[in-house]
Amino acid sequence: MTTVTGKAWVFGDEVNTDLMAPGIYMKAPNEEMMKHCLESVDPTFAKEVKAGDIVVAGHNWGVGSAREQAALNFAMHKVGAILADSFARIFYRNALNFGVPCLFFPHYKEIKAGDQIRVDAVGGTVENLTSGKAYKVEPIPAHLMEMITDGGLMPHLKKKLGKSAA
Amino acid sequence: MSRTALGRTLVEKIIARASGKDSVRPGEIVTCQVDLAMILDSGGPRKVWPRMKELGVGVWDRDKIIVCSDHFVPAVDTETANILKIARDFVKEFNITHFYDMVGIGHIVLAEHGHLAPGMFACGGDSHSPMGGAYGCYMAGFGGIEMTGVVITGEIWTRVPETIRVDWSGKFAQGVVAKDISLTLCRELGMDNAFKAVEFGGETVRAMSMGERGVLCNMAAELGAETGMIEPDETTLAAMRKAGREPDADALTWRSDDNAAYAAKHTFDANTLSPQVAAPHKPSNSGPAGDYKNVKVDQAYIGACVGAKLEDLHMVAAVLKGRKVAPTTRLLVAPATKKIYAAAAADGTLSTIVDAGAIMLASGCGACAAMGAGILSDGEVCIASTNRNFKGRMGSSTAEVYLGSPYTVAAAAVAGHIADPREFLN
Repeated sequence: MTTVTGKAWVFGDEVNTDLMAPGIYMKAPNEEMMKHCLESVDPTFAKEVKAGDIVVAGHNWGVGSAREQAALNFAMHKVGAILADSFARIFYRNALNFGVPCLFFPHYKEIKAGDQIRVDAVGGTVENLTSGKAYKVEPIPAHLMEMITDGGLMPHLKKKLGKSAA
Repeated sequence: MSRTALGRTLVEKIIARASGKDSVRPGEIVTCQVDLAMILDSGGPRKVWPRMKELGVGVWDRDKIIVCSDHFVPAVDTETANILKIARDFVKEFNITHFYDMVGIGHIVLAEHGHLAPGMFACGGDSHSPMGGAYGCYMAGFGGIEMTGVVITGEIWTRVPETIRVDWSGKFAQGVVAKDISLTLCRELGMDNAFKAVEFGGETVRAMSMGERGVLCNMAAELGAETGMIEPDETTLAAMRKAGREPDADALTWRSDDNAAYAAKHTFDANTLSPQVAAPHKPSNSGPAGDYKNVKVDQAYIGACVGAKLEDLHMVAAVLKGRKVAPTTRLLVAPATKKIYAAAAADGTLSTIVDAGAIMLASGCGACAAMGAGILSDGEVCIASTNRNFKGRMGSSTAEVYLGSPYTVAAAAVAGHIADPREFLN
């Protein structure tokens, strides 16, 4: 379940949380908010992104606010993984807690929009099926591995508290 | 020098205590017991409570969870009214001891009510939570999903951050303040210092009020840091006593060792610093205010945790006294808390600001994050005493936001364009 294959959506440096989750929609329910994710950067993203697609970005992805909607939007769209040169701290933590694997990926410039990408967040591999190149990456930190394989904090807490995941 | 010979930084000492270890080193992953958890209306009960219901669990400690409604205040429609009601119902349901409902912005309210003390390990459900570090505590921001875990368990994991030490020497020229340091640091240190702590010191910082120190720690968030911190001194203790909290006997021992191992040390000179402005669309895009004189301003905004404290309103009044807001510009002022509002009314500051033509708004996060009154239209230009100017931050994604100190924002309100505030301070 931690290996996913999908189409690459490529973004630049310092894409911030206000772009991912605009303030004017912060009062809205998650189902509404997710439609506006990155709308002023790429209006096609929220409309066309498919489950398992891979987001690829430059440095400091998710800089800014603690608003969980910035990360939740990608979980709601069922994005398979986010590969970035670097992540802002709170975004990184939020996304992992929502079960979206975030991997540090210095080779982000070698991925083109639309490439087919396979990511194994536990094994620490990224394959560009379009270009044929394969990469070793740092896997998810060991102490978070169980939470990620459980699907995020909520399923993880349910398991720990002895309840069946819905 | 061997690793073991090196001393510890303040953040390492606090995390060691909170994780029950003798000492910790950067890079270690530890679980900490939380001393204080602040959750807000926006990402707090509204997000946390449904998950608690799903899990069938209650809160870990009703005394250590502080609920503060500051983002959607006052309600402007039924959606925001419902969000505020959820916070009130949550507080009732779990008998939460400390609830600040429309009292002001949480980061300031914590200090005003004596919740912060040196050596504490605190978590806040907002990115500007590092502001608490001005009191010599660890305080960092977390999203609603992680605050859910904190509210239930009282625990959080962290990777012990490396510490960057930033020292400022010298004295500010008139019209230069902590905000100008923060905008300079965003440019000089960059905004991607994730998983690092920033410790501020030096004679310039020592001479600052707690409010000004709070600006530096608040905008550690813009540096991308885990937290910003200032070692406690007599100024810290005096502020705690004023807030009704007697400091512990060992309060001043919460400081970095002389031989602490810093990841980097930076020194800057305050004597030569000029008023700074950050141009759209990021706080690191900063330079001298005087370089932006051709920028006409539709809205000047004094507000937010970082830029609407009592000393900030005093700066605004110093510029506005005997002057009027330019006819082509509107000046909106949202004092950070009700206490600040009352103090500014009592000392005459408010009447100076209102006489100049300003529009007064409620205490809260407001327009800073496009959640309250003062939102920008398409194509408008705003200068704000806030901490972020990302595209769409204050409303329309085609609006442009400049950041400056309260002095600089007030000067722009009077001039109708960005200006060096020193021209208005004689």
